Formats: sequence, structure tokens, C-alpha cells
Amino acid sequence: MKKELLKFGAFALLIMLAPLAFKGGYLMTVLVFVGINTMLSIALNLLLGYAGQISLGHAGFFGLGAYLSGVLTATYGWNPWLSMALAAVIVGIVAYLIGFPILKLKGHYLAMATLGLGIIIYIVFNETVDLTGGPSGLSGIPNLSINGITFDSDLKNYYLVWIFALLMVLFSLNLANSRIGRALRAVHDSEVAARVVGVNARLLKVQIFAVSATFCALAGSLYAHTMTFISPASFGFTFSVELLTMVVIGGLGSIYGSFLGAALLTLLPEFLRAAHDYDIIIYGGLLMVMVMYMPGGLVRGIPELYRKLLKSKGKTALKSEGGVEHA
Amino acid sequence: MKTIQVVCSIIFLCLACSSVSFAADTIKIGALFSVTGPASFLGEPMRNTVQMVVDEVNKAGGVKGRKLELIVYDTSGDATKAVQLATKMIKNDKVVAIIGPNTSGESMAVIPVVEKEHIPLVSCAASIKITEPVKKWVFKSTPTDSLAVAKIYEHLQKSKQTNVALLTVSDGFGSSGREQLKALAGKYGIKIVSDETYGPKDTDMTAQLTKIRSSQAQAVICWGTNPGPAIIARNARQLGIKPPLYMSHGVSSKKFIDLAGDAAEGIRLSSGRALVAGMLPNSDPQKKSLQTFLKDYQNHFKAEGDTFGGHAWDAVMLIKNAIERGGDSPAAIRDQLEKARNFSGIGGVFNYSEADHAGLTKDAFVMIEVKNKGWTFAK
Amino acid sequence: MQFDQLLQYALSGLSTGAIYALIGIGFSIIYNATGIINFAQGEFVMLGGMLTLFFLELLKLPIWAAIPCAVAAATVGGILFERLAIRPLRQATPINLVIITIGGSILIRGLAMLLWGKDTHAIPPFSGDEPIAIGGATVLPQHLWILGITVIIIAINKFYFFHTISGKAMRACAYNRRAAGLVGIDVRRMVLFSFVISSAMGAVAGIIVAPLTMVAYDVGGMLGLKGFCAAIIGGMSSGISTVLGGLILGVLESLGAGLISSGYKDAIAFIILLLLLFLRPQGLFGKAESERV
Repeated sequence: MKKELLKFGAFALLIMLAPLAFKGGYLMTVLVFVGINTMLSIALNLLLGYAGQISLGHAGFFGLGAYLSGVLTATYGWNPWLSMALAAVIVGIVAYLIGFPILKLKGHYLAMATLGLGIIIYIVFNETVDLTGGPSGLSGIPNLSINGITFDSDLKNYYLVWIFALLMVLFSLNLANSRIGRALRAVHDSEVAARVVGVNARLLKVQIFAVSATFCALAGSLYAHTMTFISPASFGFTFSVELLTMVVIGGLGSIYGSFLGAALLTLLPEFLRAAHDYDIIIYGGLLMVMVMYMPGGLVRGIPELYRKLLKSKGKTALKSEGGVEHA
Repeated sequence: MKTIQVVCSIIFLCLACSSVSFAADTIKIGALFSVTGPASFLGEPMRNTVQMVVDEVNKAGGVKGRKLELIVYDTSGDATKAVQLATKMIKNDKVVAIIGPNTSGESMAVIPVVEKEHIPLVSCAASIKITEPVKKWVFKSTPTDSLAVAKIYEHLQKSKQTNVALLTVSDGFGSSGREQLKALAGKYGIKIVSDETYGPKDTDMTAQLTKIRSSQAQAVICWGTNPGPAIIARNARQLGIKPPLYMSHGVSSKKFIDLAGDAAEGIRLSSGRALVAGMLPNSDPQKKSLQTFLKDYQNHFKAEGDTFGGHAWDAVMLIKNAIERGGDSPAAIRDQLEKARNFSGIGGVFNYSEADHAGLTKDAFVMIEVKNKGWTFAK
Repeated sequence: MQFDQLLQYALSGLSTGAIYALIGIGFSIIYNATGIINFAQGEFVMLGGMLTLFFLELLKLPIWAAIPCAVAAATVGGILFERLAIRPLRQATPINLVIITIGGSILIRGLAMLLWGKDTHAIPPFSGDEPIAIGGATVLPQHLWILGITVIIIAINKFYFFHTISGKAMRACAYNRRAAGLVGIDVRRMVLFSFVISSAMGAVAGIIVAPLTMVAYDVGGMLGLKGFCAAIIGGMSSGISTVLGGLILGVLESLGAGLISSGYKDAIAFIILLLLLFLRPQGLFGKAESERV
């Protein structure tokens, strides 16, 4: 546990000091989104990696958070913090209620049901034009502010977003090591066995689903207030798949893996600028290759690969590691 | 500690990829287009055109003796990416002006960035919200939907077709068009008797058209981009819909006739002049620009230039002219853009002013009709 | 509400529904043989259309030759997909399979985009496009082709599953894969077969619908999902229930667009999907079965 805390401390320090390295360049903007995506992939990872329940509709919860915050502040002039809290609570409750019927389903059926849910939410964003502005989007969302400080620059947004993200990391790490975390893993491995030893698997799954959705809503609110503009296109099925890719690439069940996956996928377009027409293929290919050859994700896969290479050839190890990350 | 190692290596990768901007004596202009994604049919010709114009300008000696350097990024239609890339252009590449993005959503997302960083933006998207209310640093080269709507309504008013049915696509283009169609109807004495929508990926619109058939519509206005309108044209033919079909400038390219086939005959649409350049009288102020654009495009890409590419042509030329008249600082370009008068481009004759950053009137559009797999002016 | 208007909704719905049915059966066949929901099913529909276009336009084949070539090529695609993506999978958990088939569908879509570009293309109808009046409604000759070919395919399917050895073996796999293996059925081969059949059927669906809907590299996604809804309504059967499921879905969508709201038309399919999964996961016509819950 102490080691765990140390690790977190190092990670947090790294995050907090990172802006020094970038000196306010454009990468700061990207890192703000890395933060938001980290929150989202941690949220999905709690569900997918811990409890073993897939969701292809998480972009919908992300969007619900963003739109609730956006509409309440831009159209009705609410306080952004208040609307952010309300958005999180509403999405949590909605997810809790939907969770009961939807998590009765398993595997492929759960995947399709969550996918359907995501698409329905997306259609509602598009069709309720009077409320959401429809496909043209909603603009004029205010920045968050506290004590006269308005979060309107990349640097300020970076710290805002990452404080939330780090809190989520801490929460999730704690959860993993708690009684609930162990119960979740039991559900993940065998739901029947978990029930036998007295875990209320059904309730637990629903609860984690609701927590996961609440995290997404928080990330959505932050997204809305940092972008100040939202449109339905950001919350479609493609983004759900992108989130899934982040979690799978980083490593199922690993919180730091979620950060890694989010960072890699958010920065990937930077590496691929030269090959921009190919990125759809790279996405698909990456997803398949990871599942086939590195089902533990980068977090487990790279050290494993490293060890293997170290065994066979000491010298080329480092080179190959870099190569894998680019792949 | 393995995780930390991995995390560190990522951070180093980040550092490695933050590109270095080297000082060269070029004037850097940024362009954001969705070359991939759902709006790539707009983004691709626009990117091509911008690249072409910059090449031509440089071949002719550049602007005030300095070469232009184009920095193009693909937003793939994603507002989040558009914002990131706009920031990158401004902070890393140090562009003095930005062209694009070509969708309204992305443009709206980028506006707060350019307003904050004081970089002029010439958007190539259609929505009226981009320049209304006027934003200090934001201009627009693509004509606003309301102008096309006005042109069509004017035509309908003349031919006394006052009851219309709407069939619009539920994406940014269609919903913005629908808004304007509804807003302007009263002004032209038009009554909307049916208001239907369809999804951008829908493959059969007979249900909506059947409903429209049973209404009292004297004309049907469809607002969308390919392939939807082509399917609608075929569905309408199948159902024997009697009232004439009107389309938006969203389909003003040869592609529409290819897709709709025989069903395209007789369909009227509002369009920029690029499609009918050859038929324009020599007195038309845009004729010269149009011919240059179409000839250059043919030479560069062995394909016909379309109105979409034309909007990007206008954007670069407006910026180039502004630099010629003033300096190459973002503020000077902005001020000169606002002073642009009587610029005859591809999309129309531009007159920017302090109160108008869209610069066009409804005469940017002409009403054309499909006849014998080609275009004629609609009577 | 006039009768001919309703008739038109019904006819339009039936022809869209027939396509959903064909795609849905493709889903069911693979699901029954392997327990996999193939998220890439819709891409074979796209491949059918795009390949036909490829053979027609670039190789200048006549339409009667282009169609079998396209089906064959798409089937080869299906075989490759099974060989390269499904078979090598070491940990075949449902989540991994979902992810890998999603990855596959993105990859196929991306390759199609690179190979054939992003443009939408029209394909000529099989036999003219003069509307045919039925009562007060009209259909196109292509609609009749769609209905006819769907009926023929379903008949062939029925024959295969009930009157040939390999069809019966595949059904045995569907009931119990372990047991099928024990009585000497080569289960892996059956898995491959199921991919062959369903990719070919997807391709046929894509080809017969292309003259009406046009083709582009990205048409597969939505069609695939709707096909899946059809399969769910039909309780994942590879027979007549899924066909009914597809037809019901098509007609409901068309009625929904005509009578309720065209904007929410797509939502209708997914609301039905969710309700069925929640309330009757065995499908509309199936008997209660706990396995899928």
C-alpha cells in the first residue's frame, strides 16, 4: 500500500511538473485533452477491466454530462460548478436506473445494448434542436472560475482538468485495493462463484456502472467548459470505440494503463500526421493486434516484451521497445 | 515501478514530437480542413485548391517578394481535433491567418481560440452563426445558408408556389438550412406545409416523401449533401411526386447528376457560378476569376473544380490581397480583410465591412436546373 | 390516413426489411456456430456493393459476371477475416471477440476507403427503373429483385441446414459445440463455413440493395446494426424468425418515419432492440431460454 502511494505521488508530481517542460506551447492544449480522455478511460476501465462488463455507449454518458452542463450554463445562466455537480448526479442516477436491466445482459448482448443506448442518446442530442442546438452545436458555454480566477487558458485548464483526473486516479486505485475491488474482480472472473461467497454481484455491477457513468459526466462537464463549444459529433459511436481502444491498449484493469492508453491515442495523431489518411486503418489494426498479441495491454505487454528481449539479445532491447510504442 | 518507466517513456515521446518551428522568410498561412471524415467531400477539394493557389502565387513570385508557406492539417470533422490543431498552428507554426474549417461545428469550436489569440480566421463553412453576431477576428468565404434560401424563395415567389414542403438532413448543414428556411418563409410569403427530416446515412426516403405527397405542397425543398438528395430524387421519381423538387447548393456538383441519374432531370437548385461558368455573359464580374480557377484546377488535378474548392480559393485570395494591401501581421491582415471591397471571387462578389464579415449577398447564388445531364439557368 | 399511403409505407418497409433480414441471418449463422457477434458483418454488405462497382467500372465486366465475382471476392474476405483475426485469438473471451471484430470492421472500412476513395457511387439497377404501380403505391423493379433474391436465399439456407450433412453438422455445433466435437464434427471447419456463408450473404445483400441506396466505404455500419436488431427480434435464429424480425423492423421504421417523426426513425430500431433485450431476450417468437440472459 505504501508502495502504491509512492507510485501515485511520483505520477502526480510528474503531471504537475509537466507544464514546465512544454512552456505553454501548443502541446498544452493536447495535454488538457489527455487529461479528459484519461478520466474517461479510467471510467470505462472500472467497468470493463475491474468488473468485466463491456460498454460501447460511454460516449453517450460523456455527452450527457457535457450537454447538461452546457445547456444549464449557456442557455439558463446557471453557475457552472452547480450545473457540473447536478450533471454528475443526474447522469449517475440515470445510469443506476438503466444499469439494472442492462447489466442483466452478458458479453455480446451487453455490448449491443450499450451500443444501442449510446446511439439513442446521440440521436436525442441531434433531434432536440431547441434545447441542444442540434447538429450545429451549442456555443457560448462559459469557462469555470473560482475566486476570481477564470480557467480560460490552456495552462489553467491543464491544472483544472488534471486535479480532477488525479483525484479519479486516487479514487480508482483505492477502489481496486478495497473490499469492493476484490469483490469486483471476483465478479469479473466468475459471477456465479462471487455470488456463492456472498457478493451481491448484480448490485455491485450496477453501482460500478453508475460510478463509471458519473465519472464520464464529470469529464463531459469539464470538456464543455474548457472547449466552450460542443456538438453531437464528439459523442458518437466512434468515440465510444476510441475509448475502448484506449482502455485495451493501456491494459484492462490498470489505472496507469488507462492514462497510457489515453495519452497514446490522443497524441497518436501527432505521430501520424504524415500518414493522416491511414489513421483509420491504424486504429483498427492496433485494436486487433493488441487483443491478439498483447491482451494485457502496454502496461503488462511492454515489460514482458522487454524481459523477453533482454533474455535473447541484450543490445537491441531498447530500440524494439520504442518501435512497439510507435506501432 | 514498471508503470512509471512506461509513463516516463511516453513523456519523452511527447517532448520529442513537439515540433520545432524554424524561422524562414515565408509568410505562413494555416488551413484546417476535414480531408477525412463525413465532410471530406468538402475538405478535399478545398485542401487541393488552397495548395494549388499557394503554388501558383509562389510561382508568380509570391506576395511582396515573399513566398507563402501553407500549413494544412486534417481535422477529420472532429471539433476537438480542430481546436487542438488551430492552437498548434498558432503557437507552434506561428501562422498569421487561418483558412477553414469547412464544417460549421468545427468553425464554431475554433472561434474562441482565434478570438483569444488574435489571429484572423476565414471560415469555409456556411452557418450564419459564424459571422452573426460579428466577431472581431472571424470572416467567412462560403456564402451563408440564408442567402441560398432567399434565392430559392425569391424564385418560388415569382412562380407563385407558396406552399412548400421541407425535407432536410439531420446534420449541421441540414439543420442550419432548416432553421433559415423556417425563419425566412414569412418574409417571402411562403407557407411551410410539411417539415420532414432524414438521417445522413439513410438509404430510403419514400416514407417522408409519401407523407409530403399527401400534403398540399406546391414545391419540395430538400437541404442536404450527397448522397441523400440523390436518393431523394430517385425516390421522388419512383413515387411520382408532382410538385417540383428544389435542392440546395450542397449538391451543386456534377456528382449529384451522376448519382441521381435520370431522376435528376428538371431539379432546380441554388448554386454558385462555378458550375455554369461557361454560360456566363462576359460582363459577369466573376467570370475572370472563375476561368482562372477552373483552368488551374484542371491543370493541377485533372478534375473539374467545384464551388466547394472555390470557397477556399476565395479565402486564400482574400488573405493574399489583404497582405498585399497592408502588412503580414495578423492584426494588419484582419484590418485589411475588413476593408476588402468588390472582390470578385468564385463564390460571389465580396464586400466585407465592420458590420458584415460574411461579405456576400443573395446574388452569390444563381438558380440552375438540370437538363440533359447538364446545367442550365432556371427560368 | 389514406390506404394507398399506408400501402406505400408497408411496401417501402418490406424492401428495407428484407435487407435487414439478410444481414441479420448472417449474424445469426456466425453466432450459432461460434458464439460470436460479428461486428464486422455490415462491412461485408459494403464490400458486396463496392466490389460489384469495382468489377463493373474498372474491369468492365457485365453485371451478370460482376455480381458472382463480387460475392466470391467478399467471401474470400470473410475467410481471411476468420483465419487472420478469429482463429489466432488466444483468449477468446466475449470482450476480446467484440473488440477484435470491431477492430476488424474499422480496418476493412479503412482499406476500402484507401482502395476506392471516399466518394459515393451509383450502381445501375438490374432491370430498368420504371416504377411499377401496386394499388395506390409504387415500387421499383429493383425492389422486386430484392424480395425475390431474399426468398431464394432463405430457401437455399433452409435446404442447406436441414438436408445436407454439413448443414446438419453446423446445427449440431449451434446446439452444443463440445458434443458436436465429440461425435466427430470438425468444429473449426464449421466456424470457417459459418464465416463463408455469412460473408457471402452479406455481400449479396449489399449488391442487391446498392442500385437503390448507392455505395460508399462507410455504408456498412448502420446497416450492420439494423441487421443485428433484426436478428435480436428473431431470437438469433438463422431461419424464418429473423426474416420476420427484419421485415417487422423495416415496416416499423417506415411507419415511424411516416406517422411519428422522421428524425427519430433510427431511434425506433434501437429502442426496440433495448426493450427486447430487457424483456424478451429470446426474441419475439422464441421460447424462454435462460442461456442468453
